[in-house]
Amino acid sequence: MALAVALVLIAVVAVLFQFASPWWLTPLASNWKLMDDTLLITLVITGVVFVAINLFIAYAIVRFRHRPGHRAAFEPHNRKLEWWLTGITTAGIVAMLAPGLWVYADLIAAPKDALVFEVVGQQWQWRYRFPGKDGQFGTSDVRFVSAANPFGLNPNDPNAQDDVLVAGPEVRIPVGKPVKVLQRSLDVLHNFYVPQFRVKMDLVPGLVTQFWFTPTRTGRFEIMCAEYCGTAHFNMRGHIVVEEPERFQAWLAAQPTFAQLAKAGAAAGDVGAARGRAIAQSRGCLACHSLDGTPGVGPTWKGLFGATRTLVGGTQVTADEAYLRRSIARPGEQIVQGFAAVMPPADLDEQDVDAVIAFIKEIAVAAPAKP
Amino acid sequence: MPYADDAPLHEPRSFVTKYIWSQDHKVIAIQYTVTAMAIGLVALVLSHLMRLQIGFPGRFDISAGEYYQYVTMHGMIMVIYLLTAIFLGGFGNYLIPLMVGARDMVFPYVNMLSYWAYLLAVLVLVASFFVPGGPTGAGWTLYPPQAILPGTPGTDWGIVLMLVSLAIFIVAATMGGLNYVTTVLQARCRGMTLLRMPLTVWGIFTATILALLAFPALFVSAVMMLFDKLLGTSFFMPAIVSMGRQLEHSGGSPILFQHLFWFFGHPEVYIVALPAFGIISDLIATHARKNIFGYRMMVWAIVAIGGLSFVVWAHHMYISGMNPYFGFFFATTTLIIAIPTAIKVYNWVLTLWRGDIHLTTPMLFAIGFISTFVIGGLTGLFLGNVSVDIPLSDTYFVVAHFHMVMGVSPILAVFGGIYHWFPKVTGRMMDERLGKLHFWVTFIGTYAIYFPMHYLGFLGMPRRYYESNYDFIPQSAHDLNAFITIAALAVGAFQIVFLYNLVWSTFRGKPAGANPWRATSLEWQTPDTPPVHGNWGARLPVVHRWAYDYSVPGAPEDFIPQTVPHEEVAVGGEHLRAEAAT
Repeated sequence: MALAVALVLIAVVAVLFQFASPWWLTPLASNWKLMDDTLLITLVITGVVFVAINLFIAYAIVRFRHRPGHRAAFEPHNRKLEWWLTGITTAGIVAMLAPGLWVYADLIAAPKDALVFEVVGQQWQWRYRFPGKDGQFGTSDVRFVSAANPFGLNPNDPNAQDDVLVAGPEVRIPVGKPVKVLQRSLDVLHNFYVPQFRVKMDLVPGLVTQFWFTPTRTGRFEIMCAEYCGTAHFNMRGHIVVEEPERFQAWLAAQPTFAQLAKAGAAAGDVGAARGRAIAQSRGCLACHSLDGTPGVGPTWKGLFGATRTLVGGTQVTADEAYLRRSIARPGEQIVQGFAAVMPPADLDEQDVDAVIAFIKEIAVAAPAKP
Repeated sequence: MPYADDAPLHEPRSFVTKYIWSQDHKVIAIQYTVTAMAIGLVALVLSHLMRLQIGFPGRFDISAGEYYQYVTMHGMIMVIYLLTAIFLGGFGNYLIPLMVGARDMVFPYVNMLSYWAYLLAVLVLVASFFVPGGPTGAGWTLYPPQAILPGTPGTDWGIVLMLVSLAIFIVAATMGGLNYVTTVLQARCRGMTLLRMPLTVWGIFTATILALLAFPALFVSAVMMLFDKLLGTSFFMPAIVSMGRQLEHSGGSPILFQHLFWFFGHPEVYIVALPAFGIISDLIATHARKNIFGYRMMVWAIVAIGGLSFVVWAHHMYISGMNPYFGFFFATTTLIIAIPTAIKVYNWVLTLWRGDIHLTTPMLFAIGFISTFVIGGLTGLFLGNVSVDIPLSDTYFVVAHFHMVMGVSPILAVFGGIYHWFPKVTGRMMDERLGKLHFWVTFIGTYAIYFPMHYLGFLGMPRRYYESNYDFIPQSAHDLNAFITIAALAVGAFQIVFLYNLVWSTFRGKPAGANPWRATSLEWQTPDTPPVHGNWGARLPVVHRWAYDYSVPGAPEDFIPQTVPHEEVAVGGEHLRAEAAT
């Protein structure tokens, strides 16, 4: 009896929850309203079945509960009923599958005139590339990847020279125009995920994957990684700004091209803190070590240089150059209290280590450590 | 001829051969069950640690690396080392010979090896907690390249031990599986036709065939990944820059691993579900005192689901980057599989209809199973339908779905099965009051955990996140996560009541007698309870009717055991012959 009451309550609470709870689809910001619609169709059909079956069981439990002297009916099967139920189920399945596949056909056919941009994923950060004036992407290969060429573009490809490179983590797109996203990964699987756009796709090393959508309202949306990619997966953040086409064009024009960056890199002579920042970005250091004091997977670099830190086990250490050098080469040896030994040894050459330490020094000076 | 009225039985001669190096299927079943429950408890504790971090981020000194290790080990242990092992190695071993009227499994020695290989697999897995770097934190799906590259916890030792352990487990499952299939096909007693077998045997039998066909895909992918990791091959590894370093690999495909993994992984869902289907069918028929509705349809549904389960695997990969046109095919096959599955649900509830329902503890769990399986199955229709799946994939909706459908509902079937067959295994009843208490907290508790979790998925909250401090997630969703954690801790801790009941009843439970539930199937008709070595005394049983002659009009009692000949009770069992004639 209690079970019948419980099953009825489950059905009732489920329905109330659907209407009264504050949690529902994050408001849509793309053209994929049809995806929300098919989801809703599915929810209604499955919701009705869920409620009906629970209520049916509850009724059966009460009506046919054991009473002394009472015997169950003997009914091995009922062909007619079984075929009816199979038929109705099939109809329900078709009612969900047909619109689902119809929407999917749209989903995998990007419009020819779509704006194309590329997302490049790497543990644990996003970069973006636009094709530049010629409208064509230059070729790329992970063999070309280096601190100076984090996108791995082919330096000898004329099409690559005018490609617009956005070091991330923020990218912008114009509102109201179809966008086709091409995706590459340099290391492991990632997934470019913006809940408001609904559609998403894995980034797969060795492949170029794609999806498309049309942003329908302006705003600044969070980008997350939706395919587990290692310890800092949850922290692979970015933003995508949807704005009016004119503002987008102005922003795009202000971004550097591959050729410009290559020239600037050569001119700077590749030393010092600026190069350290580039290395820290390209190696993914900054996914775990924040620059603004917020604690991450690893200790923040803000105010780190020269500060005193307590290690696991209670000993204290001054974060001087020797300590930083050791921690970069053999990160597992001196772990700061409150953190875990998850950092892999960074395989940097002497010059790169110098540059990164110069960068860490620079941030400490800019923002002195709080006691 | 039925298998071996006079076959040698390897009669145990000492304590060691009786209880440790035992070749008796009943002892091996208990060894499997106890080991699976022990390692399952480890996985339960891991889930609590994981939930503490999700519900109260940063409060319990759990690092990101540890969190991902807990997630990974929890998932793998629950799916493989608990559920697969307990349904096939535990229930399969105990019930198949007894339900088909055999004296033992056909290859008792191989059966014994199966358990010891399984134990070795568990020990290798546990060892990974104690190696440098700890167990792998690659997620239970172990997707390369991330699973074997720095940046993921446990990529030096943990992943190697995990893959080795899986390979050993598959050896164990194969040795057991060959036994179960052969025993069902070759060792049934006289009169036990395939279509007189209880659905429990049908479920376990079909699941075992799936296991024999699906596990090799996991085996080869484990070996290939070991080669990639240890020998530098590139099966799954394209050219990669890992942490700023160019690797030697080139030309491999990460998606190939996913195809292999899910070619195993989807049938695996049914390796767990089909035995549960069978067990639930028998519990419902017995405790509702009514034949299972549409027996033949139920058998065909099991077989159809088993067959279809091999052509739906890529619905786990809609956003993996595989050829997008596959989506049409796999969405269609996946939704088709819902039809035989729905038939099973209808037939369970129609068995209740006009029954004589005894709400015993096993029956409570059986009905709890139907309810939780229905919600888990229905949410599968979202995820199977490619364009509905895309926004929900990799969110908490997926977590809620698969926990309902292959976590909660199979576990409820395990519990129901244990409460039901415990009297045969030990000769004593489990305590009904504690059993019911256990049911209520578990059933309501799991709804409290997983029902609202679906809505976090609608919101778009991603799974496998150590922290979810993103602006689009409202504070209320974090509060909900704290609530879910508290519910999970309560339900988990409450399982101690079940363990207590199990131990207490083993020694102090009310004596059960041979057939406390007044059931028809063969295992309840043994001359001794618990059954002794060889099961049947001097002569094997002879079967005269199907396993569902409950409440047959004209019969003196409301059940007719399968061993009762028609000369004795002239009614029942006829409809099948009548049906075959038409």
